[in-house]
Amino acid sequence: MGNNQDQEVHISKGSDAALQSSSRLTRLWFKVKKSRVSYVMIAPYMILFVFFTVIPVITAIFLSFTYFNIIESPQFIGWSNYMRLFLEDDVFIIALKNTFVFALITGPLSYMACFVFAWLVNELKPRVRAFATILFYGPSLAGGTMTMLWMYFFSSDEFGLINNWLLQLGIFTEPFKWLQESSTNFIIVIIVALWGSLSTSFLVFIAGLQGVDKELYESGSIDGIKNRWQELYHITFPAMKPQLILAAILNIAGVMGVGELCRQLTGMPSPLYSTHTLVLHMEDYGTTKYEMGYAASIAVVLFAITLLLRWGINKIIKPEN
Amino acid sequence: MGAKSYRSVWGNALVVFFMGLVAVFMAFPLAFAIMHSLKPLDELFLFPPRFFVMKPSLKNFTDLFSLMGNSFVPFTRYFFNSIFVSVVGMLAHVVLSSMAAYPLSKHKFPGSKVLFQVIILSLMFTGFVLGIPRFIVMNSVGMIDTLWALLLPGIAGPLGFYLMRQFMTQVPDALIESARIDGASEFQIWWRIMMPNVKPAWLTLGLLAFQGFWGDTASVNLYIHTESMKTLPLAMGYLTNAGIARAGAGAAVSIVLLAPPLAIFIITQTNIIETMKSSGIKE
Repeated sequence: MGNNQDQEVHISKGSDAALQSSSRLTRLWFKVKKSRVSYVMIAPYMILFVFFTVIPVITAIFLSFTYFNIIESPQFIGWSNYMRLFLEDDVFIIALKNTFVFALITGPLSYMACFVFAWLVNELKPRVRAFATILFYGPSLAGGTMTMLWMYFFSSDEFGLINNWLLQLGIFTEPFKWLQESSTNFIIVIIVALWGSLSTSFLVFIAGLQGVDKELYESGSIDGIKNRWQELYHITFPAMKPQLILAAILNIAGVMGVGELCRQLTGMPSPLYSTHTLVLHMEDYGTTKYEMGYAASIAVVLFAITLLLRWGINKIIKPEN
Repeated sequence: MGAKSYRSVWGNALVVFFMGLVAVFMAFPLAFAIMHSLKPLDELFLFPPRFFVMKPSLKNFTDLFSLMGNSFVPFTRYFFNSIFVSVVGMLAHVVLSSMAAYPLSKHKFPGSKVLFQVIILSLMFTGFVLGIPRFIVMNSVGMIDTLWALLLPGIAGPLGFYLMRQFMTQVPDALIESARIDGASEFQIWWRIMMPNVKPAWLTLGLLAFQGFWGDTASVNLYIHTESMKTLPLAMGYLTNAGIARAGAGAAVSIVLLAPPLAIFIITQTNIIETMKSSGIKE
């Protein structure tokens, strides 16, 4: 604040303002030189981070206004890519709808599941807790690779476990193509996504719950908290706000990136694009059709939705000051 | 116990029942894979299929090495690629991100706050969403179809960096000050003072990074065309898609895929929970 006040006084004097700003620059430069070691230490990580995250985002925004096929240099075409996305590309609309439906179902459910199971696991004795944590976290241990196990269950021939049971019970007379039929494969994708959804957020919640001050609970029971639901609402949630925000961010990032799971289970492209998502649509244009400008505009739509949701979270869970 | 005295018995019973149900749902596919991987060929073809294995054998595992030996890329090659990318990537991620997290948690320098906000923002953009934008950038420097494309983006992953920075903030400043008075350089303080004090954090970064590299199928699909550079999950994909005759081998690969991260997680679990305690976002 001190600096601002200095500045206001000097601005009224005209030429002194320039002097002031140049001395501010000198001071900044002095600070930068003094922090040389800090910059050297962050440099290796930051160079990689900028190259693989910041530059791709900026490049995508720039290329989304161009026609670019990698071989020729990009041609500026204004908003055409976006117009084409929303007005002409029916498959994009399907992908958009699928991504939204997936996000609206899986997002909140997996977020709640992460919390509820962390909460329940936390009530257990330490030994059992460690075991239960491994069991619940197990499906997400090897990234998305374990989703392939579900192929044994939903395989389309009579050796598929689900088909086999239904055939034996006489409910079906012939095997059903679970992953090829557009009526069932989207639901299966959601089930498998939920199966693997107790991931990093789950661990964040377990830690958060253990970090809640025990005295808060004790004073809570004196203040007349009667059951675990009241305790959850009045003590645990407020104490865990920082973890709730981080988990929400990871959750949104996860659901917006859905695609690999669909590719593994239902193939690419899926029958009637029934499990097509924005990420898959982007990859389709990027790697098989080499329309990089168009693919970039899909990436920008993804960025925009993600940031919008991020903004929404800050409205719902207000961070502490 | 005082704090939990108002838990009802019925509530507890309900909770245990519900958790048991979900535990079965979570464990079933993994248990099925273990059973399947131990089944000899005749049991795999058994109709109706059975859950339990009758005559367990390790043939599916030993076969892995000969099975894909006759295809043009041997199984061991996929295995080596996975191990190489995961171990090198994990080590580089732990070292580089903790080296950067130290000044960002303990030094005040121009731009430090902005950098941290950018990292928090980037937690929202996964490798999936960045897939094609990264492809374009990597393609412009000829990185596509090299192992760098699998390694470098993960090394600069924001989550590990973020967790490390949060954890380092808690290390008392007095420790650093006294080392500085003794004449230690900042690099020495980072390596000799900070790193031993944040052991839970770098174990966590190690696990999360290993898991990320190990299970990353999307990057391989996007950036790698040469078969001999692909990783183990891809080989598993080929086997599970090849039908019932290869189902035992596919299940065996899935066990091989699950074992390393599982082992690391069992060893590091308490450290991970410790690290996550400081992970919240308090802007």
